[in-house]
Amino acid sequence: MSETLYYIFCVILSIAVLTGISLMSKVKTAVAGNLLSAFSILLGIVITLYYKEIFSVWTIFTFMLIGVLVGSALARGVKMIQMPQLVALLNGVGGLASTLIGVLSLLGIGIIVSRYRVFVNVTSVLAITVGLVTLFGSIVAAAKLHKLLPQKPVKWKNHSVILNTLLIIMIGVISTSVFLSDNSTILYIVLVLSIIVSSVFGYAFAIRVGGADMPITISLLNSLSGVAGAIAGMAVNDLLLVSVGGIVGASGLFLTQIMCKSMNRSLMDILLGKTSSVGSPKVVKNAVFVESVFEDLNETPENYATVEEQGELSYNETHENRDKSEILKIAKSVIIVPGYGMALAQAQHLVKQLADKMEVNGAEVKFAIHPVAGRMPGHMNVLLAEADVPYEKLFEMDDVNDTFSETDVVIVIGANDVINPAARDAKDTPIYGMPVLNVDKAREIFICNYDLQPGYAGVDNPLYNRTEGVYMLLGDAKESLNELLDRLN
Amino acid sequence: MNPIILVVIFIVTSLVGYFIIKNVPSLLHTPLMSGMNALSGITILGAIAAVGLAFTAENNSHMILGQIIGGIAIMAATVNVVGGFGVTHRMLKMFDKKKKKI
Repeated sequence: MSETLYYIFCVILSIAVLTGISLMSKVKTAVAGNLLSAFSILLGIVITLYYKEIFSVWTIFTFMLIGVLVGSALARGVKMIQMPQLVALLNGVGGLASTLIGVLSLLGIGIIVSRYRVFVNVTSVLAITVGLVTLFGSIVAAAKLHKLLPQKPVKWKNHSVILNTLLIIMIGVISTSVFLSDNSTILYIVLVLSIIVSSVFGYAFAIRVGGADMPITISLLNSLSGVAGAIAGMAVNDLLLVSVGGIVGASGLFLTQIMCKSMNRSLMDILLGKTSSVGSPKVVKNAVFVESVFEDLNETPENYATVEEQGELSYNETHENRDKSEILKIAKSVIIVPGYGMALAQAQHLVKQLADKMEVNGAEVKFAIHPVAGRMPGHMNVLLAEADVPYEKLFEMDDVNDTFSETDVVIVIGANDVINPAARDAKDTPIYGMPVLNVDKAREIFICNYDLQPGYAGVDNPLYNRTEGVYMLLGDAKESLNELLDRLN
Repeated sequence: MNPIILVVIFIVTSLVGYFIIKNVPSLLHTPLMSGMNALSGITILGAIAAVGLAFTAENNSHMILGQIIGGIAIMAATVNVVGGFGVTHRMLKMFDKKKKKI
């Protein structure tokens, strides 16, 4: 295959990938878009094998077969509820591949010697560092999402100092790589140093991120894995790696931006560990509660409430019992607001049943999805799709927010910060200015939350203290939903 | 290829990608992310080339090392590609099946 033909193929494949992504913007065409992207990569493999004349190398196919077996087992076996950690883990694996390519190219193994030796050295070391930060960051993120590590942010003494020092060493190592000559001792020192420093950095930066900031972290790691691939492509002079890596890097960055905006945070604050309430007792309490959700199920919701609120709460029992069933039965317009609590209790199927039942009763049911509800971008949409909720009923915040005032009943399931009206007017709170769902504008609000603790941001929700039109159903979301379903019968 | 060309390609594709991705609704953000994730496994091309060239090189001093490091890279990238596209496909099917029922 001639060089010109190869480059023409590279351009065609890049365009095919971009077309695949643009097809992903509509549900109807998304499956085709995904297949087109997958097919492009397959074609890229075949073209590479031909162009480099390495079709006869049997080891390649052995390694690929192993990868295919593991990859397809992962893809088929994963439950929808485990999606965030799988995405995080796959990000890390991609980072590992970039790192290893960087190592090979730095050692001059399996590459055609380039005239631009300095460029190759610098990009190799960069690929190693970015790839390893992605790998270790992703492992920590996946472990946190899988509850192998505590969800709350882990903060060491002098955490920022450690991170900054590591960063400076990393920059130093990368700069040194400009002066490397082949097979010198410095080359190996640079290699080992860059591996150690970037691994520790990846671990240290991810361990400090709390559970609720995961959507941002995962998007960022996604971006990094793309950037690592692109840099590795520069090192080994591969056009497709550079172009596709660039696309992935941009998409991850875009998602990160959206997530930051919807949480009213700046990316720098999260990276520097300035999460709004790190170290405050509320967050710790909240983290403990997340972990103990399933252990405390025996405790009845009522008991839990009285213990927790200690008379602070002003809604009274008579009000609570006032014809909840009646309100649910006659409601004509309903909006359901899911949050991480729904994912935690795996209550999406019950939510669907509830929605169906209310529709049978003549209500129009919508779902309002806040951009950062859950643990990754679009988390709630995936869970509800799993429960067969038609996607036409899922509404983004901006499309649904004006309709709350005309809504009879809002049912909140395990969401807190994203419905907290304090974000609009409580100036001193960390969530001030964060866009929230205008749940408080609706006539009647049912809140199925685990307890009355403030959400992750640690800001009390004034809705909990409202006497008119707010009904609290405390406890596990599944039990609360069953109660609502019973009342509808 | 000249390094400057590579860097320019990186910048151009990033910008183009950014504007295309802007059109994806938040409904599909998870499949988008896992699809992008699968695409980052494009590094498989680099790994294949490295393993192949290390295998066929006349100076075979790095043969074993190349196969080990490159082999792990191929496996990692393949897991990334297959796993990524696989789960994306599964998720998108979930969104799509509702279409037919209605």
